[in-house]
Amino acid sequence: MSSLEFRDVEMEFRSRAGATRALDPISLEVPDRQFACLVGPSGCGKSTLLMVAAGLVRPTRGEVLADGRPAHEPSASRGMVFQSYSLYPWLSVRRNIEFGLEMKRVPKAERRRISSELISLMKLDGFAEAYPKTLSGGMKQRVAIARALANDPDVLLMDEPFGALDAQTRQIMQELLTDIWQRYRKTVLFVTHDIDEAVFLGDMVYVMTARPGRLRTVIPIDLPRPRSFETQSSPRFTELRSLVIEVIHEESLKAVASELAATAAS
Amino acid sequence: MQVAREPAGRLPRGGRRQGFLATYLTPKLAVSRRLTLALGAAAFVVIVLVWTLAAILVDNPSFVPTPVAVVQAWVDMFTTQGFLIDVGWSTFRIVGGFLIAALVAVPLGLLMGSFEVVRAFFQPPINAIRYMPASAFIPLLILFQGLGESEKLTVIWIGVFFQLVLMVMDVAQRVPMEMLNVAYTLGASRWTVFRKVFLPATFPEVVDALRITMGWAWTYLIVAELVAATAGIGYFILVSERYLRADRIIAAILTIGVLGLVTDLLFALVSRWAFPYVEKVQNA
Repeated sequence: MSSLEFRDVEMEFRSRAGATRALDPISLEVPDRQFACLVGPSGCGKSTLLMVAAGLVRPTRGEVLADGRPAHEPSASRGMVFQSYSLYPWLSVRRNIEFGLEMKRVPKAERRRISSELISLMKLDGFAEAYPKTLSGGMKQRVAIARALANDPDVLLMDEPFGALDAQTRQIMQELLTDIWQRYRKTVLFVTHDIDEAVFLGDMVYVMTARPGRLRTVIPIDLPRPRSFETQSSPRFTELRSLVIEVIHEESLKAVASELAATAAS
Repeated sequence: MQVAREPAGRLPRGGRRQGFLATYLTPKLAVSRRLTLALGAAAFVVIVLVWTLAAILVDNPSFVPTPVAVVQAWVDMFTTQGFLIDVGWSTFRIVGGFLIAALVAVPLGLLMGSFEVVRAFFQPPINAIRYMPASAFIPLLILFQGLGESEKLTVIWIGVFFQLVLMVMDVAQRVPMEMLNVAYTLGASRWTVFRKVFLPATFPEVVDALRITMGWAWTYLIVAELVAATAGIGYFILVSERYLRADRIIAAILTIGVLGLVTDLLFALVSRWAFPYVEKVQNA
């Protein structure tokens, strides 16, 4: 069991100008082995929510429970993948992947076995001893995912991992990720603003509203698994996609209206 | 740092006819490597020609010696004037003063860049002192320390330390937060993150900062030696001035240039050897 639960998580940033509300109280539960996608406009606090889940940021109020236990500190049981890859440039691909294992003092032979498996799984064959500088963006992100998976975390947190990639590469990476998920069946919380991506990958799509971030709705994605490239041309995919777009569109209109109202009032 | 030539900047061959102006005077357009090297060499030829012409026109070797006279003086300095000893003294002072400065500045800069409390305490005074020229301290240092070696080392220390600290601090501050955050989520403790992620992330740029400040150290040293010394390149220059030996002065200055170039090259080599993973910045 490895569920992830947000209980009334609320976030305020204090500055000299006063407190800014980033997240209204949010409660949601990602059950064990679910692939949950979090979509919303930029600045809605979805990345903040992910940082809270990782234990990297403490919420103003509320708490995060991993497996029913409070999770205030970062832990190897909740792995994270950032948009910026953040590989360690001074380590080879293999040493990057083995970083978490080294932290855990896993014996070298075992580390090597795990990293070799992930290298071939992530289609990085031949690049084990290469430095990150020689890799393309897509390859870098594959290393970052492998590095998170090597630790065998209960929960995988992904913050717009494919946001910096070009459209073709992103497509390939999504297919790869869905294959990987099929194999490892981790609990995933995946933040994105790409609706197609969310529908293609997720079991659930959580739609958030703009600042202060709130959970607007949850849309279950009942597309059959395992999913592949063909999934995206199925009528059900198109239907679900339109549904999500509709909800977000409504939300954006509301946001614009309230912004206008606020401007008129001041 | 090696500047990479971007062939992509070149206009496609064929098609529109390219005249002289389009080929050579389009802003930011790259030219062939051969032309670049030739132009660089030509600049030196022009300098030597103008210099020679000036020497002939002035016709007074005490003021403007010919390039040939300077080369002769240079050989003579090393063979009969014991200039090598002066070079040795200067190098010793540079290396000594620089090492002492770096040994304190690098750790302090890293601490200032990572811990807000350390930065808040040290940055204001260092910022203030940075604008006080090291050479202005020389009379004070002579009062305190006399004319010995410790005074020279202190001048260099002052000149290097305050600049270097702030540069290293800047390097430390630029380490991306996400690099550290990833390590936490991989199970690393704070100490491990500092040792295994933060420190290695700063190394290449710290060496860069050392390289830049090393160049400045020469300036302070020569000033210190011009004011009060009994040996060293600066001292040699001062004595040559008293004997109206412009040829020797110029030769000594050129020597400093060569030494600076050699140090810079050494740093670049060490850097390339120690940090093969650094991405080359392409600044055209």
